[in-house]
Amino acid sequence: MKFRAKIVDAACLNHFTRVSAMVAKLAKICTLRISPQTLNFILSDKVAGGGVSMWCELEQENFFSEFQMEGVSAENNAIYLELTSENLSRALKTAQNARALKVKLTNKHFPCLTVSIELLSVSSSSRIVTHDIPVKVIPRKLWKDLQEPTVPNSDVSIYLPVLKTMKSIVEKMRNLSSHLIIEANLSGDLNLKIETELVCVTTHFKDLGNPPLASEDASQDRDPEQMAEVRIDIRKLLQFLAGQQVNPTRAVCNIVSNKLVHFDLLHEDVSLQYFIPAFS
Amino acid sequence: PLHRVLGEAVLPFPPALAEVTLGIGCGRRVILRSYQEEEADSSVRAMVTEMSIGEEDFQQLQAQEGAAITFCLKEFRGLLSFAESANLSLSIHFDAPGRPAIFAVKDTLLDGHFVLATMSESDLHSPAPHRLVPPLQAHSTPHLDDFANDDIDSYMIAMETTVDSEGSRAGPSIPLSPGLRPPCSPGPYSEDNDAEPSTEPGTPPPKKFRSLFFGSILAPAHSPPGPSPVLAEDSEGEG
Repeated sequence: MKFRAKIVDAACLNHFTRVSAMVAKLAKICTLRISPQTLNFILSDKVAGGGVSMWCELEQENFFSEFQMEGVSAENNAIYLELTSENLSRALKTAQNARALKVKLTNKHFPCLTVSIELLSVSSSSRIVTHDIPVKVIPRKLWKDLQEPTVPNSDVSIYLPVLKTMKSIVEKMRNLSSHLIIEANLSGDLNLKIETELVCVTTHFKDLGNPPLASEDASQDRDPEQMAEVRIDIRKLLQFLAGQQVNPTRAVCNIVSNKLVHFDLLHEDVSLQYFIPAFS
Repeated sequence: PLHRVLGEAVLPFPPALAEVTLGIGCGRRVILRSYQEEEADSSVRAMVTEMSIGEEDFQQLQAQEGAAITFCLKEFRGLLSFAESANLSLSIHFDAPGRPAIFAVKDTLLDGHFVLATMSESDLHSPAPHRLVPPLQAHSTPHLDDFANDDIDSYMIAMETTVDSEGSRAGPSIPLSPGLRPPCSPGPYSEDNDAEPSTEPGTPPPKKFRSLFFGSILAPAHSPPGPSPVLAEDSEGEG
């Protein structure tokens, strides 16, 4: 099992740093899956995450000038590592003025992801910062729990409003209630509702637009005004929104009535899927 | 100036980190490395950060490869920012682990010595020189980039075998490096440690300045009246 990769482009490094910062906000402990073409940050709902799952994917060639990996075996050419997300985020943040950044899987008494940063220096010799991030190598037996979640057939699919706006609204609602209802229809309407004994508050977003229906759903004669709703834990929604520092290139919300809300985001070339189950 | 070199060097370390090891590695590179206590609950390991600086970044470096001391990072950051704010020249004098390290700051108006205690050999998980020297092979030559350190395959073979037989997620038990359990020895810092409050054996004592004094080099007419109290013995007195 081997892995080593290198980033030399400053923009790529900054982007990768932002992705890792986002992951650190979304999952304290996550799985990094390394395969020949992609890197994935995974949070599986089997792990103690309250049923939330996350699948973040990026094409390695969009970031790394060099990328070499050898998985567990030829048939299972992937590496699954469990790590504390914040360690990676912190390590990358120290690479602000880096000439080059290298990542390697190493074994220093225990398996580590070693991030090695060559800093720009005034003198002729370079300065090197090295971070050894402890990782747990996940055995093949457990890989089945860490596969890409199947995208459910949703009742409604809608584009999200500006996430910063959504976040400030949900932050205020959080003071009033621990649950929130997200509802949306195929006419571009999305509502965030809280209902307590004392007060009901609803925020309406209109004219958001809906992504084109998948072809097999085109025949579905759903009343465009009919809302699909799901009640979720407000903190989970807030955690998701807090992780989005930058407004994404594309943001879609898929609702499966009373079951699940699925956020499907694209940050430039990095895709993020986040699933929050209905509160039970 | 040294305070800037070191001020920049401590930036990558986590703000909450208590101790740091400073030493000389292969190729006469100056190394700063985070020092971690091995927790009893070692299921959560801490990230280890290391900064390697070339000899050329220092005006003067007189030390042997492998020499290293471990001291309180918080105090170190404090004195660095003091030196930075007053643009004082800084020099560091240290001896064997356990002996105090002296950080001397100076400009035309003042002359200061910060004395920090350092962890002694018996205190560290393994003797300091050994901790710093072996991994430095890869870091001191930035272009040496092969899989020399990546003996992950033997770990994987061991892991796959363990998982198949036990069906559990736990990896093979990796033998702890020798000396991982801190030895129970009270008063691990230097012998002149009489005034220290007692601490739990095996944990480093609370970090305090041993002494801090400023001697003014202004003419006597300008200095305050009365003898200056001696706050610390000079080093010759320690024998």
